[in-house]
Amino acid sequence: MAAIAVELRDVVKEFAEPEKKGEAFAAVNHVNLQINDGEFFSLLGPSGCGKTTSLRMIAGFELPTSGEVFIHGKAMGKTPPYQRPVNTVFQSYALFPHLTIFDNVAFGLQMKGVSQLEIKPRVQEALAMVRLPGYEKRKPKQLSGGQQQRVALARALVNRPEVLLLDEPLGALDLKLRKEMQLELKTLQREVGITFIYVTHDQEEALTMSDRIAVMNRGKLLQVGDSSGIYESPNCRFVADFIGDTNFITGKVHSRHGDTVSVELTSGVWVEAKSDQALNTGQSVTVAVRPEKMHIRSGTRLPNWFEGRVTNIVYIGTDTHYSVRLPGDQLVRVREQNDMPGYSRPLANEGDSVWVGFAVESARVLVE
Amino acid sequence: MRESKSVQGTLLATPAMLWMIGLLIVPLILIVVTSFGQRDPDGNVIYTFSLHNYIRLAGIKTNCGDGAAVCFDSLYLRILVRSVGLALATTLLTIVLGYPLAYYVARAPARRRNMLLFLILIPLWTNFVIRVYAWIRILRAFDLLYTPQAVLVGMVYEFIPFMILPMYTSLEKIDPSLYEAAADLGANSLRTFLKVTLPLSLPGVVAGTLLVFVPVMGTFVVSDILGGKQFELVGNLIQGQFLDARDPTFGSAASVILMGMTLIVMIIYTRKFGFGEEVAIT
Repeated sequence: MAAIAVELRDVVKEFAEPEKKGEAFAAVNHVNLQINDGEFFSLLGPSGCGKTTSLRMIAGFELPTSGEVFIHGKAMGKTPPYQRPVNTVFQSYALFPHLTIFDNVAFGLQMKGVSQLEIKPRVQEALAMVRLPGYEKRKPKQLSGGQQQRVALARALVNRPEVLLLDEPLGALDLKLRKEMQLELKTLQREVGITFIYVTHDQEEALTMSDRIAVMNRGKLLQVGDSSGIYESPNCRFVADFIGDTNFITGKVHSRHGDTVSVELTSGVWVEAKSDQALNTGQSVTVAVRPEKMHIRSGTRLPNWFEGRVTNIVYIGTDTHYSVRLPGDQLVRVREQNDMPGYSRPLANEGDSVWVGFAVESARVLVE
Repeated sequence: MRESKSVQGTLLATPAMLWMIGLLIVPLILIVVTSFGQRDPDGNVIYTFSLHNYIRLAGIKTNCGDGAAVCFDSLYLRILVRSVGLALATTLLTIVLGYPLAYYVARAPARRRNMLLFLILIPLWTNFVIRVYAWIRILRAFDLLYTPQAVLVGMVYEFIPFMILPMYTSLEKIDPSLYEAAADLGANSLRTFLKVTLPLSLPGVVAGTLLVFVPVMGTFVVSDILGGKQFELVGNLIQGQFLDARDPTFGSAASVILMGMTLIVMIIYTRKFGFGEEVAIT
């Protein structure tokens, strides 16, 4: 088991709400989290979910209202940012506009009192690492957004921090550059072996880059896992909805055999789905199924197969998306890959009656 | 298209240019011409080319009491040096006193900032002379009236808003995440101030210096009222020559020297620091 780089232990951060006098708003609400040494860890969630506040507490820009932040086992307490073994890449890059690229990157080393003799090669090495050699004498304003982003990265990494904190660093870049930088960041992280904690609201970005992801919403930590774990077995409706597309079918628990649960839908039909949570008979639940795990067939009597009517078809090249209305007025989306040999024709036309279904293993019972 | 635009620009600038030529350039030329003239016994200007006024300003005299052909009187040179000294002292004090205040206002919550700026500007609503008169009572209470210190206090009081405002503008423009970045990279608050805040606010200090130094060099009201004729500045000298001594030629010569000195100090200063635009950044 790898050593733990950063741990949040029952961390709460409350902010006073100016509108409601005296009332505090918990931006981060009793979060417990352990981040391993050398891992690329993402904090994922919508804006206002507490991910940036969590990051800022690790950096030391905010102090927890209660709870404790540990970095390599050391309680941070009220340690100011300039004494923490972490560095941050800011969303706005926050490059010093009056300093050259060289002086920007050298800033941290100068503050630490590293000798001038050592600073020069280290700055050059850092700039080479982010593929910006020869830019030493320029000013930040003379660089493009992507280049500034790289300087910000070099300025942080040159200090060889124990943990690198990245606050939506690709947010201001255009899509193409963003994709490039995602891969570059991931490669860079493997090369330097430093723990990266990456804050993003972009689920695709998190899935692409991370070893593990923590999904947050409204100050709470909902689920921690690797990309496939989060995607394939979300533990609540929010995670299933936030990451990728999901069909939600509502019903009540009827019976259970091991981890297979029978759910009676409002329409009276039954589906079988998997769950590892404790459930009571009659409890209201949601069955979540990814559109790509649903299929259209001409006819079958297997469990979880229903007759429905196609209401909409969207052809997008690699896939075709079908909207199908099930009995009980439940609308589901089905994504079929166009991988049949030759010219792919739609499996059905709008208005057709079709059989729609999914494997029991593809469906999860969610309580919330 | 391009040409018509530049024609348009010239047309738009014409009224302002005529204004400047008529009310600035022409009077300046008149002053320079007058400074080389001489005063007749009735107080009228005789336009000649004579360096008489400048020689007098330099303190070289021909009608000496002890019968010598030429002697030296440093009276006017002392006035000039005193004026430059007071302007430098006032500028420095307004920076030292104004900077912390500008910093405080710039870092205050957005909604309180306008209120604080408003408070700084309120004194300017009252007539300058009236406010200087108010200082007479305060300074008398401290037994400072009619001293050089009194003049300095009055000057700093009068000109500090013009230093605070540009410094505030510079400080307010600094992205707060730069302070965090500096802290993140290991700089404590003092080093953050020296390495980030101060250099980034320098354009404001430079602009404020231009706004304070130049008018202080020419002012005469404060020294007149609070200095009680004990502390004569170039401004007082010029005023006296025009109004009391009725010698516009000597007053003009003093004006030319004042402009020349101000210009020299400003050239040296702006060569080094610029005009307060964002030179440090690009």
